Amino acid sequence: MVTNVTNFGRSGLSDWVLQRFSAVVLALYSAFMVGYFLTTSDLDYAQWSAFFDQTWVRIFTFLSILSIAAHAWIGLWTISTDYIKPTGIRFVFQAVCNLALFTYVVWGVQVLWGA
Amino acid sequence: MLVVSVYRYNPEKDSAPYMQDFNVDTKGADLMVLDVMHLVKEQDNTFAYRRSCREGVCGSDGMNMNGKNGLACVTPLSEVVTSGKLVVRPLPGLPVIRDLVVDMSLFYKQYERIKPYLLNDTPAPAIERLQAPEDRDKLDGLYECILCACCSTACPSFWWNPDKFVGPSGLLQAYRFLIDSRDTQTRERLAELDDPFSVFRCRGIMNCVSVCPKGLNPTKAIGHIRDMLLREAT
Repeated sequence: MVTNVTNFGRSGLSDWVLQRFSAVVLALYSAFMVGYFLTTSDLDYAQWSAFFDQTWVRIFTFLSILSIAAHAWIGLWTISTDYIKPTGIRFVFQAVCNLALFTYVVWGVQVLWGA
Repeated sequence: MLVVSVYRYNPEKDSAPYMQDFNVDTKGADLMVLDVMHLVKEQDNTFAYRRSCREGVCGSDGMNMNGKNGLACVTPLSEVVTSGKLVVRPLPGLPVIRDLVVDMSLFYKQYERIKPYLLNDTPAPAIERLQAPEDRDKLDGLYECILCACCSTACPSFWWNPDKFVGPSGLLQAYRFLIDSRDTQTRERLAELDDPFSVFRCRGIMNCVSVCPKGLNPTKAIGHIRDMLLREAT
């Protein structure tokens, strides 16, 4: 057993399952948004705002934001442990990535539910 | 005449590795690469490589031939030489001791880590532990591994983390003991593998399958280990 403290789920299996689950969510959300743009003509602010006023659209969007955060955390953590050998630089890289992802999540909440 | 370019490095004399060309007369025969190595050694007896059985059983002469890992003794020239030149390098990713001889310590350490022997906590019977033919069949495609290291040294995940990722060869053996009906430590074995490196560093690129001289499929075995971990944990 190789010990780790900076990966997402503490276990290789949970990271692996989450990576796949988040990929499916992101694929569905991408198809959903592309479908929305293709079927909506003359999109204006009122329409866009009304679309995101629906609770289920907000939930789906927020789930996608969380999926991006988890997916990116796992992926970038993996890349950093493959390619960045000096511990200090690797730790800083991971911290910066995680801080950015945390910011995106909070920002996403603000965009979706803010005034 | 075949141009053979071999990797040379003698740390006692050379400050850096270099490639040395030899002209080898194959007399038009489709020799095995190992035969060509012997002909090179006839020209320069300081050239070092490992070999033993010369028939693909011992796994000593794994090397990189025109960019692909394999056993020199069972690789005919016609399989690797396309443009009249043979380039031979040591197995990638392992420290070079001299010329084509690499230090396999990390490879063996990972093999040792998966406990490659039967563990059974039930009292030993008077005769050997019996196994149903269908349980024995499950070991086919797993027990044949000869530990030549062609697969693990073709795997980028093993290049980057040879101290943490078990590697295709070790994982094939890990599955061989996980699936053995006579082994009672399946759960403990799985618990040892459930971290982000040991198994899950495999990205499924299947280099291991493409180079295995015995035609084995480590990627498939790794998939089975993942399934077992998932079944155990959900």
